[in-house]
Amino acid sequence: MDSALVMIQVLNGLQLGVLLFLLAAGLTLVFGIMDFINLAHGAFYMLGAFICATLALWLDSFLLAVLLAVPITFVIGVVVELGIARQLYQADHLEQILATFGLILIADTLVQMIWGPEGLTFALPEILNGQVRLFYDVEFPVYRILIISAGLLVALALYLVVSHTRIGMLIRAGASNRRMVEALGVDIRMLFTLVFAAGAAMAGLAGLMIAPITEASIGMGNEILIVAFVVIVIGGIGSVQGAFLGAMLVGLIDTLGRSFLDDFLRLFLSHQAAETSAPAISAMLIYILMAVILTFRPQGLFGVRSS
Amino acid sequence: MIKKFIRGALALMILVLPGVGSAESVKIGFVTTLTTGAAVIGNDMRDAVNLAVEDLNGKMGGLDIEVIFADDGFKPETGKQVTDKLVKSDDVDFVAGYIWSHVLLASQKSVLNADKFLISANAGPSQLAGKLCHRDFFSTSWQNDQTPMAMGAVLSQRGVSKLYVMAPNYAAGKNMVAGVERTFKGEIVGKDLTKWGKDAQLDFSAELAKAKASGAEALFVFYPGKAGGAFMKQYEQAGLADKLPLYTVFTVDAISLPKLQQANMKAVLGSLTTGFWGPGLKNPQNARFVEGFLKKFGRYPSFYAAQSYDSIFLINSAVEAVGGDLQDRDGMRAAMEKADFPSVRGSFSYGANHFPIQNFYLLEVVADGNGNWTTEIRSTVFENHQDTYVADCRL
Amino acid sequence: MSKSGGWLAVVTVLGALLLPFWAEYAGEPFILDVIIRLMILAIAASSLNLILGYSGMVSLGHAVFIGIGAYAVGIPAYYDLNSGWLQLAAALGASGCFALLTGLICLRTRGAYFIMITLAFAQMMYFIFVSIEEYGGDDGLVIYSRSEMGPGVDLDDNSQLYFLVLFCLIAVMILIHRLTRSDFGQVIRSIKINEVRMQALGFDTFRYRLVCYVISGMICGLAGWLLGNFTGFISPEMMDWTRSGELIAMVLLGGAATVVGPLLGAGIFIGVETLLPEMTIYWHLYLGILLIIVAKFGRGGLLGWWTRWQGRSRP
Repeated sequence: MDSALVMIQVLNGLQLGVLLFLLAAGLTLVFGIMDFINLAHGAFYMLGAFICATLALWLDSFLLAVLLAVPITFVIGVVVELGIARQLYQADHLEQILATFGLILIADTLVQMIWGPEGLTFALPEILNGQVRLFYDVEFPVYRILIISAGLLVALALYLVVSHTRIGMLIRAGASNRRMVEALGVDIRMLFTLVFAAGAAMAGLAGLMIAPITEASIGMGNEILIVAFVVIVIGGIGSVQGAFLGAMLVGLIDTLGRSFLDDFLRLFLSHQAAETSAPAISAMLIYILMAVILTFRPQGLFGVRSS
Repeated sequence: MIKKFIRGALALMILVLPGVGSAESVKIGFVTTLTTGAAVIGNDMRDAVNLAVEDLNGKMGGLDIEVIFADDGFKPETGKQVTDKLVKSDDVDFVAGYIWSHVLLASQKSVLNADKFLISANAGPSQLAGKLCHRDFFSTSWQNDQTPMAMGAVLSQRGVSKLYVMAPNYAAGKNMVAGVERTFKGEIVGKDLTKWGKDAQLDFSAELAKAKASGAEALFVFYPGKAGGAFMKQYEQAGLADKLPLYTVFTVDAISLPKLQQANMKAVLGSLTTGFWGPGLKNPQNARFVEGFLKKFGRYPSFYAAQSYDSIFLINSAVEAVGGDLQDRDGMRAAMEKADFPSVRGSFSYGANHFPIQNFYLLEVVADGNGNWTTEIRSTVFENHQDTYVADCRL
Repeated sequence: MSKSGGWLAVVTVLGALLLPFWAEYAGEPFILDVIIRLMILAIAASSLNLILGYSGMVSLGHAVFIGIGAYAVGIPAYYDLNSGWLQLAAALGASGCFALLTGLICLRTRGAYFIMITLAFAQMMYFIFVSIEEYGGDDGLVIYSRSEMGPGVDLDDNSQLYFLVLFCLIAVMILIHRLTRSDFGQVIRSIKINEVRMQALGFDTFRYRLVCYVISGMICGLAGWLLGNFTGFISPEMMDWTRSGELIAMVLLGGAATVVGPLLGAGIFIGVETLLPEMTIYWHLYLGILLIIVAKFGRGGLLGWWTRWQGRSRP
């Protein structure tokens, strides 16, 4: 394996990492502050992708589609929070799992009814379609660099909001002690709606960014959601920094494992054995990582709340 | 209360189930995928079956045709459940369909043990061509290895010496890789089997980067259904179009082409694939099928549709041969073994394992007269080709 | 159990005993298939109920034990080892060991972390079986013959399999009934309510929860053994987290922490799964709505509704 390939795969890992972070950030805040396990968070990822694809095909402009799709997902987030999620904050985890499992089924079916089973695809503008030479023999698609930059910008913005604004202070306080915030007379319901919808919008952003690569398809949010859960558990529920670190760890380990594990295993195993076991082990790596971390730190890396 | 509940459920079930065993019709159960993203394939197959029934004026050997569609949900276990229901409750005479090799493998026992005919309209796993072959099983498609074997031969003819291979990690994916390995004479410098199933991996960035760095001269891939579209986009975005020529099987087809055209993915034009059939294949039955399909549904049929259309005509040939006497199973089997029906692929014969012995063609992706993207036959790669597993079949 | 409840149970069991004869008489063999599946899922849901309902441990990876039990039929059968007793021992042994080993790690965590780590272990097993090509990998493994239980028993006969499953279901329900009312069960229930207090009283709560987890895993392994025999096919997909989600749905639909709840839940679930797809391919929509309604209003599931309704109708 040469260094250029390693470099490219590190970038691919970062790309997966920022997508996971965008999903995990909303998930971990909703989980941490409202104590709400939302298995249906991946639906926003899917909706973001479908809405953006539809708009891109209508308006023939990717930029406009993105600018419209993110606020639309935010509004959908508000509606879902007011209509359904809010009712479930008081319920126990079990009922939340059941209800949001039901929401997944509903979201997937509604998408099939509206857009059909075949999914949607659209082209990127010419300017985003090329390759860029990073240094002398490392070429990388422009669009993927854009994803990484956009994701990092959102992460930075979120960090600034959470650590340097009044809303952020309330969010942090809510994550570590909800009752205390309520006792301070803050309109906690408003805060909940805001956090939930912002999480939805970030998930939608992640979905619409990946759509030009993989296309918008039914159920696209469900698999990555499980990985996002792994991320927030590794990072510690309620912690945005934890989610960021966890997302980057998981993104890099997953991508590098898929790329280099068979070469690595070949050092100890026969060619055949390495080739057959590598896909399975690379798929398991992130779960092994999570089990190991939880064995030594049952609260995750940055756990903010003791349960 | 429990009993009441069970009794209520049973009563409901009986109400819902269609009446049992009326001798006036030929009952065909058709198992395919009607939910999840893969429903796009299932819908194409269902449309073709309905068209075939229409073209037969709804009759076979004087009997009405009744087709019951069932959804396998892209899961082997569900596929087996709906198959059991078709066999035991609907009491169908034929069970046809099956996109996925693993669903077919899970379901075949239920059909064959109940003495019904099983017609695969797509899946062609090596087991059913070899050790598990059965006198009541017929295929109107191909054995999985055959199409990639044709592609392997094309690659060798074109002087490719280093090849990179990518396919999903399931039965058909492995069969495809085995097929291309069997006829490709050069060196395979890299191989990736990616996660499949309902949570299939759709981001191939890591694999494409490896392929690019591997020094391969060509890239062979198999990504059916929605994964095909995703793959093509990333292939274009990774800037491989002029560096690493693409050779596909079952990836670029009438399912993915309209979407790729809508998204204006021009890299796919001119790419090569192999297959037993193309919409432009010259024979009267195919002309009728493709024209009828275009007229009725406003799009080109896929090869999935072609095979499904054929499956109904194969069943028709059996029912006609026995004059509608569905008890005469030996007569129907003998009729099907002759493959004496108008097939969209032209005339062919059945091997001992009831897989077709047929031609394979090299196809190129082109824009037709109206600007619609489709595949066109360029040359014949294999004539009357038979799969290799027939040797393991003791029939 | 109340007196009327007892009568109801007797009548149900009698009805269940007569069902195969009725199915044969009515020419509806498929109904037997549906009920067998229902009862197997009821056993699996009951086992989940033991940890989830009675002990408050929410596992999102319980389907893994079904998979282990089913592979304990499939893998020996692959080598022509068809002895049912051997396969049963393998199913119980393997699922028990897996529960013990993962329980030692999982039970260190609480709440949401427990949910996620059980999910993680299930995903690992899923990927392990996906990778073993010898046993079919992703495509699963076809089981050509059902377990051989000795002379006179032929599980290939669906009625006999039906009686075996029925027997197992009743045995499991009685076991859970006894277990939860024993001293052990009292401790487990008390741990659910206040673990710290139980620790203060000198109970080794970790060990109690571990034993409970292992028993639950073994019962679910039994369900897997039956399911492998019934479907004649196994694939890693049976361990998918959505399957675990379905088991949770069954427990909650029927009524958690009750003996009959999981059976009712499995019944509702199978009913929906069998009937709705006949009417619309969009049936998941209605299932989803049902689940939300149960989560929102259905505290205690169907059984909870029933008791509340009875309580109201009485003066």
